[in-house]
Amino acid sequence: MTATTAASTEDPRRAGPKRRRLGGPRHGAAGPLFVAPFMVLFLLMFLTPLGYAAYLSLFQERLIGGTTFVGLDNYVAALKDPLLAEGVLRVAAFFVIQVPLMLLLALLFALALDSGLLRLARVIRLGIFVPYAVPSVVATLMWGYLYGPDFGPFAQLGEKFGLPVPHFLSDGWMLSSLANVVTWEFVGYNMIILYAALRTVPKELYEAAAMDGAGAWRIARSIKLPALRPALMLTLLFSVIGSFQLFNEPKLLQDIAPDVIDSSYTANLYAYSLAFTGQQVNYAAAVSFLLGLVIVIFSYVVLFTANRRRTS
Amino acid sequence: MTTTSPPAASSRAPLSSTASGAPRTAHRRRRRPARRHSTPLTIVMLAVLAYFLLPLFWLAVASTKSTEDLFTSFGLWFSHAPQLLENIRETVTHDDGVFLHWLLNTVLYSVGSALGAALLAACAGYGFAKYRFRGDNAAFSLVLGAIMIPTTALAIPTYLLFAKVDLVNTPWAIVLPSLVSPFGLYLMRIYAQDAVPDSLLEAARIDGAGELRIFCTIALRLLAPGLVTVVLFTLVATWNNYFLPLIMLNDPRLYPVTVGLSSWASQAVGGGSGANSNMLALVTTGSLLSIIPLVIAFLLLQRYWQSGLATGGVKQ
Repeated sequence: MTATTAASTEDPRRAGPKRRRLGGPRHGAAGPLFVAPFMVLFLLMFLTPLGYAAYLSLFQERLIGGTTFVGLDNYVAALKDPLLAEGVLRVAAFFVIQVPLMLLLALLFALALDSGLLRLARVIRLGIFVPYAVPSVVATLMWGYLYGPDFGPFAQLGEKFGLPVPHFLSDGWMLSSLANVVTWEFVGYNMIILYAALRTVPKELYEAAAMDGAGAWRIARSIKLPALRPALMLTLLFSVIGSFQLFNEPKLLQDIAPDVIDSSYTANLYAYSLAFTGQQVNYAAAVSFLLGLVIVIFSYVVLFTANRRRTS
Repeated sequence: MTTTSPPAASSRAPLSSTASGAPRTAHRRRRRPARRHSTPLTIVMLAVLAYFLLPLFWLAVASTKSTEDLFTSFGLWFSHAPQLLENIRETVTHDDGVFLHWLLNTVLYSVGSALGAALLAACAGYGFAKYRFRGDNAAFSLVLGAIMIPTTALAIPTYLLFAKVDLVNTPWAIVLPSLVSPFGLYLMRIYAQDAVPDSLLEAARIDGAGELRIFCTIALRLLAPGLVTVVLFTLVATWNNYFLPLIMLNDPRLYPVTVGLSSWASQAVGGGSGANSNMLALVTTGSLLSIIPLVIAFLLLQRYWQSGLATGGVKQ
């Protein structure tokens, strides 16, 4: 307990007085000027599209009368749209299964690396991290070919030894296959975030705990995990955002499994199809706005529950 | 954590029983300096490593095969007639060397975006960290909230806006949205808070240096490691970007390598069974060629990743 509070309060205590001492009105104009270029682009590239999507979503293109204001009709339609609900539910299921698994693996790998018990630790760390450098397009293409029944090595091995190999690209397996691709891509990234956080724990804490008779697992639970909390929150947040906008992987696997992945397989894929193949721009705007809202709300819920658990 | 009381010897038994597939080396007498390696744990982690390297190994092997050999030989080993050089030659010359255009485009888009985004984030992060002005907290919170806005939700309206001002199907359509990195700003602000001491700024002011000069000559240098991290982040994000260029560009000459490869992959599926097309071999070889530069850059710059991510993950 003493150790963990020392680690977590150290930071605010250091930052507190410094912030208060900061520059007064003397160089007041410089601050806004430094911030301005970023804020202007932020306004143009974030807030304007967001506002424009909100605006577009209030209209509908009709055969008679052209584009007319329809209020929230698009949203009402979207909320009732079974295709959208299906897509959102699918990514929600994906999130619930894939994210805990991925973060747990990342956590275990980070702890293993940090334990100092590994030979070749550097090679292992870099090897697990390398997939993050592989664009998701290439990752999905590779895994797609690996999964494939024609020349995928799994299918080849299965055939050779007469083993039943699941058809990875079938309806029942697709979500797991996608989860595997995403896990492969991002475990290393999350592992590095956690590992980096572990490296900042002062070594004296471990020594003190060991002196008190704590074993490696005791230290992991009582010192390392609490120290990892902010880093875990960060990885969780990134994972929420990532899984709800799942697009690249299903879009690419669509080519080789068109019967399984339809144009509304994920919510994002649906918005894309609406805008670019269906030409329903206004409805697509409403859908992407709604999807953005779902992600923001979900992120806040995740952050909030995780933070509340800390204080209780 | 719930159990934060001082560790007792009695709690060791249940703890080690929960440790499935984990080291059994939790001896209380083990000290840090006298560290011993665990062979079981190393073996487990090497198996893990094999999983992560398997697709890359497959890709390296597949790049040496003709499309025909891809179907007829075992996927995880070389065929009798390796033809890596032939595949590379075909990849870079196919369709008047469009693949080289894609690579070049990717480099231009990602380097341009990364440098621009890092500079903007450094400037603004420094401004937020070291100056107080009206509305600074509100502005920062606004940007911070935007970390959660999915970029893909923005992509469609951005496309529609860009279509109005004729930016669609130009490199700007990729670079401009990538210049704004809320997470980069967040990192730079935290970094600037610690890396640039106020006393140094005060001293420079007393010496009569202007604010801009202080930033360019003092702060920017101190911010350099954080800057590298943001450059790396944005570089990878833009390099890997697929959704944005997919919707913004329709001229294949402007494609980045991600969109280009995926277009080849669809062609390979479409005409894959036909003997006339060697498309599949081009997709695998192109994939290999496109990831080599980034993987090398990654391995060389990996310590920046770690320090940068530590900044983001520890201070919250």
